[in-house]
Parts: sequence; structure tokens; C-alpha cells
Amino acid sequence: MKTRKRKNRLPALAQAGPVSVWMVLFVTVPMLFIIYISFMTRGTFGGVEYKFSTASYQTLLNVMYFKVIAKSFKVAAFTTVLCLILGYPFAYYIARKPPEKAGKLIMLIMIPFWTNSLMRLNAWMLLFQTKGPVNNLLLALGLISAPKTFIYTDWLVTLGLITSMLPFAILPMYSSIEKLQKSMLEASADLGAPPAKTFWRVTLPLTFPGIFSAIILTFIPALGIYTVTDMLGGGKVLYIGNIIKNQFGVIRNWPLGAVCSCCCWPSPRFSSSSTPGFPRSRTWR
Amino acid sequence: MGVLADSIVSLRHVEKWFGENHVVKDMNLEIRQGEFLTLLGPSGCGKTTTLRMIAGFEDVTSGTIEVQGENVQTKEPYQRDVNTVFQNYSLFPHMTVFDNVAYGPTIRKVPKDEIKKRVTEMLSLVQMTGYEKRKPDALSGGQKQRVAIARALINNPRVLLLDEPLGALDLKLRKQMQVELKRLQKKLGITFVYVTHDQEEAMTMSDRIAVMRDGVIEQLGNPMDIYQHPDTRFVADFIGESNLFDGVVKFVMGNQLAILTPSGMITAVGEGFEAGEEISVSIRPEYLSVSREPGDGYELLAHIKDFIYMGTVVKTSLELENGQEIKYSRFDPDESLHEGDEVFVHWDPLKSVAIHTQKAVTPV
Amino acid sequence: MEKNKKLRRQKTVRFFGDFYAVLMYAVFYIPVAVMIVFSFNDAPRNYYWQGFTTGWYAKLFSFANTSLISALWYSLVIAILATVISVVIGVLGGIGLRKFKFVGKQFINMNIYVPIIVPEIVLAVAMLIIFMTLGVKLGMGTILIGHCTFCIPYAVVTIKGRISGDNETLQEASMDLGANRLQTFFRITIPSIMPGILSAAFLSFTLSIDDVVMSNMLAGARQSTLPVLILSMNRTGITPDTNALTTVMIAVMVLGLLCVNAVQKHRQKKEAAAIAESEAAISAARSNV
Repeated sequence: MKTRKRKNRLPALAQAGPVSVWMVLFVTVPMLFIIYISFMTRGTFGGVEYKFSTASYQTLLNVMYFKVIAKSFKVAAFTTVLCLILGYPFAYYIARKPPEKAGKLIMLIMIPFWTNSLMRLNAWMLLFQTKGPVNNLLLALGLISAPKTFIYTDWLVTLGLITSMLPFAILPMYSSIEKLQKSMLEASADLGAPPAKTFWRVTLPLTFPGIFSAIILTFIPALGIYTVTDMLGGGKVLYIGNIIKNQFGVIRNWPLGAVCSCCCWPSPRFSSSSTPGFPRSRTWR
Repeated sequence: MGVLADSIVSLRHVEKWFGENHVVKDMNLEIRQGEFLTLLGPSGCGKTTTLRMIAGFEDVTSGTIEVQGENVQTKEPYQRDVNTVFQNYSLFPHMTVFDNVAYGPTIRKVPKDEIKKRVTEMLSLVQMTGYEKRKPDALSGGQKQRVAIARALINNPRVLLLDEPLGALDLKLRKQMQVELKRLQKKLGITFVYVTHDQEEAMTMSDRIAVMRDGVIEQLGNPMDIYQHPDTRFVADFIGESNLFDGVVKFVMGNQLAILTPSGMITAVGEGFEAGEEISVSIRPEYLSVSREPGDGYELLAHIKDFIYMGTVVKTSLELENGQEIKYSRFDPDESLHEGDEVFVHWDPLKSVAIHTQKAVTPV
Repeated sequence: MEKNKKLRRQKTVRFFGDFYAVLMYAVFYIPVAVMIVFSFNDAPRNYYWQGFTTGWYAKLFSFANTSLISALWYSLVIAILATVISVVIGVLGGIGLRKFKFVGKQFINMNIYVPIIVPEIVLAVAMLIIFMTLGVKLGMGTILIGHCTFCIPYAVVTIKGRISGDNETLQEASMDLGANRLQTFFRITIPSIMPGILSAAFLSFTLSIDDVVMSNMLAGARQSTLPVLILSMNRTGITPDTNALTTVMIAVMVLGLLCVNAVQKHRQKKEAAAIAESEAAISAARSNV
């Protein structure tokens, strides 16, 4: 006797279909292609010649490129660490507030980031110009005798990176800290641990997922961003992002650009197992 | 086993597998028009799954389900003439109470003034008049429950399915709602199929109870039958409190049985037992008697472990010679008994129930 | 004595906490303040302060700076289109990926995180290569595709985070009451995740309108988006009317935020009033019984 009704596949197709198709078309295919290209040779007039070669990878080992890549990683790492150190206390501070207030505080963090990021970077430039407010203030206070050159330095670029990336560190950490149950801390205190020990042994480990998300959301964009270096470094500071851009713009060495991109590309295993603690209800309303 | 004329829901040879799990095994059940039938059992026994199959949220792996004589397996939930009251009420949070209750008729494009009339009727039926404009998050558990019931009943279903609807309420409210639900059912004459794991609840409300375990109905009958004459050891243990003795039949005299158990020789009454058979005997705590002196029938030696004063009854725990613990209950405390006392325990054999250890179950 | 010590310690901790928070906010808001201030700078390009003027706003609102205005328009159109497309696909996807099981689901899930995790430039380059190899002309279409590709994952993640198991029972309840799948979707599913949908829309819009990397790499020769225009201005110095424009933009957004807040407060008031109203009705009903 007929027992089961026909399984209606239409809802599944209509809902999960478009996103799947899009992802495969515009993410999977391009990504695979870029790996493919990185093993091809550079065409005589630019572009690609479809001949297998590892020349581009070998170019990477060239000291000059290598230096730039190493530097990019170093700066990104430094930025990440600083964002974590500076961001965690702030995330903690907000998480301790009652939910209503915490929501508002988070919203206050987000508002500046609704402004155009480039304009904000430009603002930092204006602050640290040779004739700018910072120099003027330092001169007035007598701390320096002549205006210092801040612009176009590594230092400024790092500052720009940190200020740009901080919210990406703060949000996931806040999300994680907020989930921490107060009763855990109380239990720890009850069992005899002073606040510092409680933090080290209970709070920190339990909020690690948020920290991990923060690391991913900070380090990786910091690697690939060339806008910061462009705006604040003026072409004198060269990071991997800039190189990639140049390969496709001015220099037209696609395979090399592809190779550099592959350097920035972390294992997808990171992505699916740790959900970035991204904007939750109260943060984005 | 024919089909009863007034059977409104029929399940025949219904099987349900979830992957490797055999959740419902060859279930046969005829639910009668107008009755309050409860599927009772512990977690995982398949009662909720069965309900969901009737509602249409789960497909049957094999077998048939008929509602009012029609096979409903090919029908989607919205095509079946049954409505469900969900465990966590499932009120639509973005709609007011009025809109929630009006949902069914709205979908069926009933005219607006007719809807208004029916909603008002329903709300007064469940005593929620005046709450029309509120949203579910402004209601208490019990209030949400009533709205959920109104929302289901407004569609005049032939059968109302209730999936542990009172689980989240506190005791007093739950008992109150049990009575109200029963009254409502009687008043409307609709068939209620109720799922719960609370046997007291089942006993209070049901016309018939289907006691389920591991995907099988172990016994189907009215509350009194199930309580007084449990068919299986599990039913005896699950319903009410019971003292269970496992043993071997030593001799049979008519319907009197003498059974040898690890705690001693005991008597019971039952038909169709043979000497040498392994059986279980169930005796309810309220049917035990306790005395200081040995009597002239079969009895067991025990000493008193402790008393629990429950308000309505006093429960005494007794430990038998072989370590088995039994319970004895009475309405008021016996001042002459103290902890550690040695007493003799006996009972009227007519009040005990002999149960075959392996019982084939064929309820209808 | 001990109690005083403890109270004082708590006070100092709280003070430092507040101080640190203020410092943080300062770091975030100083660039914004500087940006706004320099929109009043009386200089052809923003290098340093040369005097106060509101002339730039006048110039802005007279639409004289055509490249700026057309870039703004271009960015807006792309952002709106990207938001609509991304929200539709992303919301459907978020719901569907959660509910259904199918072959390759894990794979698609992984892919969704790629645009979030991977530096935008890698994604941009990959798409650029594909487009150029296929000979697709770069322009609004390619930029739009690029924007959607990183907006959709954010939409999916946002929605996924909002749907709880509760949602499934709501859908069952709806179907139980006679609504078919389509009706359930529009009457129940979508309204109950509306906050999530709005979040996703807002997020997509913000990401799109602020995007530099993707817009830069996938742009056609003729028109650029607003951020790309600003980037190109950096070499020669940014004109203060750009500051004026971005100031206006943020002002509009903050205004929008305040409006939404006001609407929410109003709605809360209405609900409280409804509750009060029903209290009256209930006691009336009771006294009639």
C-alpha cells in the first residue's frame, strides 16, 4: 500500500539553491582558477600564457619579495596582538554592563565605522601632518624642537591598521565574554581563587572562542589590506597587498599576483569550524 | 479485530524508523470519536512521534493512518482536518492574540466579521477575553496555553492533538488546566489525543490510556482497568506506585496462586497461570497491611526503614529479609510503628495482580 | 576598615575602566571629528588647516563637483542593488542551509565563509582573473557581482545566528492551522526573522558603500565608486567637499538611527497602552461573569 507522500524538493531548491549556485560560480571557481594560474607563465605582453611553470613561486623566494611578504606578516601579527591586548579589556568592560546599556555602547562603537574608511585614514594623516595638530601640540609643549615626520612611515601605517581593525577584534570577544555565566566566576571565587587567578584560569579559557575569532578577523584582513598602506604610506611603504595590486595593474604579471594571493589564503578548515562571533542581535539591532 | 464503527483515527501496522532507530513498532490503534485518549509513556517511547505522524509532521515508514476513513499519508499537515497544541505553545510572536487565534480562518479566507465573531467566542471559551491586543511575550505560561488551545479549536477540527501541553506549568496551574481541558473536551465533544509522560495527568483526564514503551503499546484501556489490572510488569510499575515481586508459581488452585519469590512465599489471584511459570506479582502500597504478630496466611517479614509524610498519605519504606524494599501507604500515621521495628506484611490476594512475564500485546 | 578598602578598590577599578573606555571612544571618534572639522577648511586641498568656511557645503549642494556627485550616485546605486540581491539570496540561503540536508551542504557552508575569512584582495583578484579571461567587460555589473559575493555570506551568517529551533515549530504550527508552505514562509517565517533581515540589509549596504578593494579591481575605466575616487585623490590631496559629502552621509545615517529608535520607542509605548487597555477589558469581562 502506498505509504509515503512525494518528497517535495522545491522548497529546498528555492531556498538553498541560489546561494549555492552563487558560491560555486563566484567563489569556488575563481579560487580554484587562481591556484591554477599561479602555476602558469607570464605572457609576453602581460596576462597569462597557459604553460606550466613554477617560475612565479620561485620569484617569491627572491629576497626582495620575500622581505616584503615577511614584513607584511610581521606587521599583521603585531596589529593583531595589539588589537587583542587593547580590545579585550574594552570588550570585558562592555560585557559587564547591563544588556541595554551594552547594546548602546556597541552601537556607539559602530557609528564611526559607518563613515568612509578612507576618510578616516585621511583624518589620521591630517592629524600627523608636518604642519598638523599633533606636531603643533608637541612643539608647543616643548617636547620636540622641530616637526617630526609621521606621515608615510611604518609607524603611522600600523596605527591606521590598528584603529581600523579594532572593532573586528572587539565584537567577537565581546560576544564571547557576554556569554560567560557570572556563576562560573562566583564558583571560582567560592573555591578560593583570587580575581587574577580566576581571570587566568576561568575567564580567559572560556572566552577563547571569541579571542580566536578576533584573531582570524584581524590578522587576515590586515594581511591583504592595501588601502591603509596606500593612504598612509604614500607608496613608500610596500606590503603584500600593494604588490598584488600592482601585478594586476601596472606590471601585469598575473601569475605572480596569483601566487602572492595564495600566500594570503588560509586553510578553509579555519573557517567552518569556528563561526566568527559576528554581529549578534543587540549589536546590530 | 474489525474496524469499530465510531473509530475516527486508525493506525494500522504503523512503523517508524529514524535511520537505525526503530521508534514505532507495528502500532495498531483505533481512536474513538469523542474520546479523550492519552498516549502515556517515558521519554523516547515513541508517543510524540506517533502524534506527529497523525498530524503530518513525520512520514510513516510503513503502515496506514486514516482519519475519518480517509488515508492521510499523502496529505500535508495543512490538508488534514486535525489541529495540534504544541508543547511550547508556538504562538506567533509577531502577532497579537487576536491574530494568532484568527490565523486558521484567515488562511481559509473566512470573511472578517465572521472571524471576529468566532475569535471572540473562542477567547471567551478559554477565558481569555480582553487579551486580544496583547502579544504573546506579554502573557504568562498558562495564558499562552489557553490562546494556543483557542487557536487550534477555532478551526473545528475533528481531532485535537496535544503534545505535553502542560509540561511547562507549575503544579497547581497544571492541575487546574487538567480539569479545564477535560471539561472543555466533554463540552465540545471533540476527540482529544493527548501525549504525556505524567501518569497522574493521564489518569485524571483520559477516557482511555495507551501505555507505551519502546515504540509499542503495552496496554490500552480505561484508567481503572490499567490501574487495577496491569497487563505487564512495566505498566504495573509505571502507573501509580507498585510493589513488584518476581518469582515462580509453585501451585495453582483455581485462580489462587502461590508464588515463590526471593523474599518468601506470597499469594496472588489470576487466571491462566501454570505451575512452574515465571511471573511477576504487583501489589499497590495502599493494599498492604502490617502487623506485629504473624497471621495465618502467607506473609513476609520486614523491618521499617523510614516514614515519609506526604500530607495526604504517609509512605513507609520497609525492607524485607532479602533486602528488597517495599512501600506501604496509609492515610494517617500509625503511632505504634517506629523505625527499625520488625513487622509482618500481608495483603488480600484479591488485590494483588499476577502478571505474565512475556505478554503479547494486541490492543484495539 | 576592610570594607572601606574593598570599596575603594572597586571604585578605582571602575574609574580606570571608565577612563579606558573613554580613551577607546576617543580613538574611534577623533578621526571622525577631524574629518568633519576639515570639511570647513578654507583650502583647495586638505593638507592642513587654513581657515574656516562653509563654502564647501554650498559647492556640494550645488552639485558642481560632477565627479564627486557621479561617484556618489554610482556607489549608491550599486549599494542598493547589492543589498537587495544579497539579502534575498542570503536570507533564503540562511534559512535553507539550516533546514535542509543535501549533498554538498558542507562544501557550500565552507564556501560561504571564504569571503569572510579570506582577504578581500584575494577574492577580488580571483574574480578579476576570471572576468578578464572570459573577456567580460569590467563595469557596474562586475562590481556588483563582486560586492554581492562578499555581502551574501555576511547575510547568511547573520540570519543563521537569528533562527532558533523555535522557528521550526512556528512553521509547523502554521501548517497545522492550514497554511501551505508558501503562505507560511511569507506570513510567519519572514516576519519572525525581520530584525535579522534588517540587520543583514544594513550590514550589506554598509559593506558595499564603503568598499574599496573590490571596487578598485573590478572597475571599468570610466566610472569609479566613491571610495575609489577618494583613494585616487589621495595622491594629490583630498578636496574638502569630499569631507562635506561624507559628513552629510554620516549625518543621514545617524539621523536614520535616531528615527529607528524613536519608532521603536513609539511602538513600545503602543504595546504598553494595549496592555493597559486589555487590563481594563479583562476586569470588565470578569465583573460581567
